[in-house]
Formats: sequence, structure tokens, C-alpha cells
Amino acid sequence: MNQYSKLYSENVDSLGRRPEALEAFEARVPQLDRVFEPETYAVNLRRLKLPVDAALSFKCAVPAVSASPALIVNDIFQPARRLPDGVTLMSLRAAAELHPELIPASLRKREEITAESALNDLLWTDGALIRIGRGIHLARPLQLVNILSAPMDLLTFRRIVIVAEPDSDASLLICDHTQDSERNYLVNELIEVRVEQGARFSLDRVEESSPLTVRRSEMHVSLDSDAKFKSASAVLFCGDSDSKIHVDLLAPGAEAEINGMVIASGEEAPKFHTFIVHHGEHTSSNQTFKFVADGQSNCVFDGLIKVMQSARFTEAYQSNHNLLASSEARMHAEPALEIYCDDVKCSHGATTGQLDPAALFYMRSRGIPEDEAKQMLMEAFLADVINSVSIESLRDRLRHLVERRFSALGSGHDSCANCVALNP
Amino acid sequence: MMNNDNKSELLLNVKGLRASIEGKEILKGIDLEVRPGEVHAIMGPNGSGKSTFSEVLAGDPAFEVLGGTAFLDGVNLLELSPENRSHEGLFLSFQYPVEIPGVSMANFMKAAINAKRKYFGQDPFNAAEFLKLMKEKRAIVELDSKLASRAVNEGFSGGEKKRNEIFQMAMLEPKLSILDETDSGLDIDALRIVAEGVNKLHTPHNATIVITHYQRLLDYIKPDFVHVLYKGRIVRTGGPELALELEERGYDWIKNEIDAAEQS
Repeated sequence: MNQYSKLYSENVDSLGRRPEALEAFEARVPQLDRVFEPETYAVNLRRLKLPVDAALSFKCAVPAVSASPALIVNDIFQPARRLPDGVTLMSLRAAAELHPELIPASLRKREEITAESALNDLLWTDGALIRIGRGIHLARPLQLVNILSAPMDLLTFRRIVIVAEPDSDASLLICDHTQDSERNYLVNELIEVRVEQGARFSLDRVEESSPLTVRRSEMHVSLDSDAKFKSASAVLFCGDSDSKIHVDLLAPGAEAEINGMVIASGEEAPKFHTFIVHHGEHTSSNQTFKFVADGQSNCVFDGLIKVMQSARFTEAYQSNHNLLASSEARMHAEPALEIYCDDVKCSHGATTGQLDPAALFYMRSRGIPEDEAKQMLMEAFLADVINSVSIESLRDRLRHLVERRFSALGSGHDSCANCVALNP
Repeated sequence: MMNNDNKSELLLNVKGLRASIEGKEILKGIDLEVRPGEVHAIMGPNGSGKSTFSEVLAGDPAFEVLGGTAFLDGVNLLELSPENRSHEGLFLSFQYPVEIPGVSMANFMKAAINAKRKYFGQDPFNAAEFLKLMKEKRAIVELDSKLASRAVNEGFSGGEKKRNEIFQMAMLEPKLSILDETDSGLDIDALRIVAEGVNKLHTPHNATIVITHYQRLLDYIKPDFVHVLYKGRIVRTGGPELALELEERGYDWIKNEIDAAEQS
């Protein structure tokens, strides 16, 4: 028996019984063995207040986005000081106890439950519930900051449930940070987003976690008719970071734009998996993912567009372009299309290569030093993803963070010493 | 004594320069002397090594230097990185200027100018100083105010690309400019703007090497010397009349002479 099913059986009473989740999880245990190393993580089942106050010492590197971010420190929710009218942003645990009617049923179909999300079903303890009320338009983005900080190696399960009610319009920034980079952390995260009829919701993400952080994130998004969902993820620092993004475009007029950019060095292992499924007619999706892989990093992009038989007049595009900045970096790209319907426009394209030597020589011939020229070219390579970020102030900030990130590549310092979150 | 004085006046002094790419020798011993204030034209048939010569001087890492020397104002170019050759006063106007999506002209030029200032121990220009300089210099080649925000050469017409090269030359104020086929792909109006730009930038202290196939450009940029490059060597040197003769007679007569000499 895997250590985590053992852990579960010892602690099942403290969580309340979740027999279906246990069954689903046990069926998938063999898929998990490799994830849980070292096997000495603690799980905060009793909801002890850990002797850390990450929130106090934390300074956000992305200021001016939200006046008052909500925090999730490990898996404990700390509310924002104030919220706009028509918005719920609260502890998911509290919502489950006090207002269970606010939490919709899970979006995942039985066959879509992975080992990781089964484990999350079993062990999630807190997270956030976000609801944007019907017709509410937010002028400023909401912000949720996930901070890992503990005096011991820690395993956390968080869950974020988002409902954008009909005709609402809002954006959310989620930042992921590691406070104590000496510790092993394993984060298991499940996000479910419903974008209801005519609503617009954008979710931008910035990850700056430590090399010892293992992150397993799974996001499920469903789009009703005329719903628009936009997401841009930036991974600036990570350990072993795996993000699955599953989007169902259910009804006519649904649109999804899913973008991502990654800068990886050292032994970082960032991975993105996308599953974009078109069910309704006249739905569209667009994906752009770009990786800059340096050092001995090991990067993965696998992206699937699936067009169901019902989804006539679908437009779906995917592009994945990658730069290898060192001879030891690895990039695994696996774009895929599955189309069960004739009348569609779909395309995908993937390239992996190196910086254009002609561009590099051109810049050097004008006096730009080689390292600086390379950095400018790498930043330029990521520019279209940065420009796709919904939150304007985040775009500027991201350009700056990317510049600093690339400077860190050149200097050869430990990435944590350069982490912008820790050294603002 | 006389000889020594002459030497110190040389802006560019190339002797026996040999270079190859992918094992194939392209330059087979080039000798060229350029003094301040001079304009030299290098002409020659396709494949004779004209572009290679300019790229080797600028330090393109695609080429391997096999032998010879190249000094710019007393500085050994062959020991320097491409960026330091630029700082020392060498400028190459590319035959095919490279498009760099995502890098704005303003950022590109600012990085170049400030790298040069740093090389000479000067403080970097601030944004206002820099924009003022850009504005002043782009007027020389009639580039509009949108230039600063456009990505380097991206979506530029053929004429704009070449004008942009001369703009960069104006910004960097080189001692020696090499214009590689600057006339190719230009209509007559663009050619006039480019040539006028080059002439405006010409001073008694700098020099220009114009690489071209055709006499046409030399109607606008008047050379003091004309050289013919063939099979990796300079095989003829003359005054402006040599260019006119080439225009009239083509290159075959020179090729035939050289080929016959090689065979005997």
C-alpha cells in the first residue's frame, strides 16, 4: 500500500468519510508512486496553525493589481480585507460548512478523474470559493496568492472553485510562491471554473516556486454559450511543476484562449498538458505556449484539441514554440488533434530550435554584447504571450520579471537567490 | 620614414586576409588600404567574395579566418568580438537586414548606444537624451516617428530596411562603414534617400566602402577608388573610371584575363 493511502486510512475519521473518493483513489494508486518522493511529507489534517506567518513577510512582486489579495498559506485561507460588491471570495472549507449551496457539483466526469484529482477529492482541506455575481463587471482584478511556508516538509491539498455567473466580467490573478526554499513541498491543487452564459472570465497565473517544490495542478473549465475564458500562465521559477488544463466548450459562442510561457533552467521540470474539447457548434479556441529551456531543464508540452461530432463550425488553433538555450535542456512537445466532425477549421504547429544566429550576429554587429543580445531575443520570443495577459499592470510587471529572470540565467546564481518574490 | 607616416594614417589596413566557411576557402588573400575621408567601391561578379569580405571584417562567427591581418585605426579587428569591432568604429550595412520580431527599434538602438558608451566608460543615455538623438538621426534618412516603436526591420519594405541601416549608421557614428549591396532592392527614390544619407554622414575623418554589383549607386556615392574582387582576391584597382568601364564591358574580360593567368 502506498504511503498516502495508508495515511488516508489512518486519518479517515478526522476528514469525515468520503467513501466514493476513497474507491476512486485506490483504483488509481499505482499511478502515483513516483510522485511522492521523498516519502516524509507532513499533512496538516488537524488544521494546526503552523508557526509561520508567511503573509506578514510576503511582499508581492506584482503590486498594483489588487488592493487586497486573498492568501492561501499552505492550505489555509486568509480572506482579502475588502471585496467588491457582488463578489464572493471565501474559504472553501467555510463555504462547505456554512453555504454548501454556493458550491456547484464537480465538473469532472468519472472518466476524467485522474489519480491526482482523486487524491484531492479525498484529502482536500481548504482553498477558495470565488463567485462573480450575475451581471457584475469588475474594474480591477481579484488576486489570490498561494504561499508555501512551513517548518517541515509539507504536503498540501487545495481546491479552488470559481463560478462566473451569467453576463459577469472579471479577472483573477493567482500567484504561487515558496517562502522557505529549504523545504520539500508537494502541492496538489484542483481548480474548477464554470463560466456561465455570456460571462467573461480571465485567469492569469504567475509561478515562482522553489526547486524542491512538486506541484500537481489540474484545472477544469466549462464554458456555456457565449462564455469567454482567457488564461495566461507564466512559470518563472519552479521545481517539478505539472499543470493540466482541461477546457470544455459546451455551447455555441464559447471561446477559450489558453496561453503559457515558461523559463526553465537548472533541473527545473515544468510541464503543461492541455485538453481542449469542443462540444458545441460555433465554438473557438486558441492556444499559444512558449518555453525557453536552459540548463538541464526537462520541459513538456502536450496539447490536445478534440472536436466532438456535435461541434460543427469549430475553430481551434494551437501553437507551441520552444527555444533550447543549452545543449542539455530537453523539450518534449506533443501537439495533437482529434477531430470527429467535418466542418471545422483547426491547426496546430510546434517548433523547437535555437536562437536565430543571423539575428544574434546582426545585434552584435551593432555593438550589443552577446549575452544581452541573447536575453533580448529570448524576451522577444516570449513577447506575444506576455502581451496576451489580460491584466495590463501585470503585463508591465511580467516584462520586468522576465528580464530579471533572464539576468539570473546569465549570472549562474542559485535561482532562489534571485527569486523576485523573496527579494522584491 | 615616409612609409611609416602613411601607415599611421591608414584607417583600414587589410593584408593577406584569407577566410573560409564550412571548409570552403572564399577569401584567398585580400589586401586593402583605406584612408580617412576616402570612399572605396568594391565590385565584382556574383560569388567573388564581396559579402564574405564584409562579414569577416565584422566578425560573423560563421566564417573562419585562415590567415592575414586586419587593422582598423591601429586596432587588430581579428582579435575582437563583433560587438567590440562595432565599438571601435566598424559598421556593416547588411545586404539583407535581419527582422527581429518583438524587439523594438528603440530598445535595439538603446542597447547598442549604451553598450558603446559603457565600452568607453561613459554613463548611459537616459530616455530623453536617447529619444532626442533618435529623432535627429532618423530625419537624415526620412524615417517617420513610428520607427521607435516598430520591431527591428519587421514588416519594413525593402527601401525602409536599407534606410534603417543608414539610420543605425548615423546613430553609431562609425569610423568605417561598409555598405553591402545597399542598392539592391531599392527603387530610384529610395536609392536617392539612402545615398544622400550616406553622403551627409561622410566627413574627412571617416571612410566608406561601398560593395555593389552595379555602377548605378556610384552615380550617387562617388568613389575615390574602385576595386574588382574575383575569386577571393582584389584583381584590379582603379579610379571611378574603372566602374564605368565595368558597366560598359561587364566582368568577363577581367575574368578571362585572371583565369588565363591562372592556367599559365
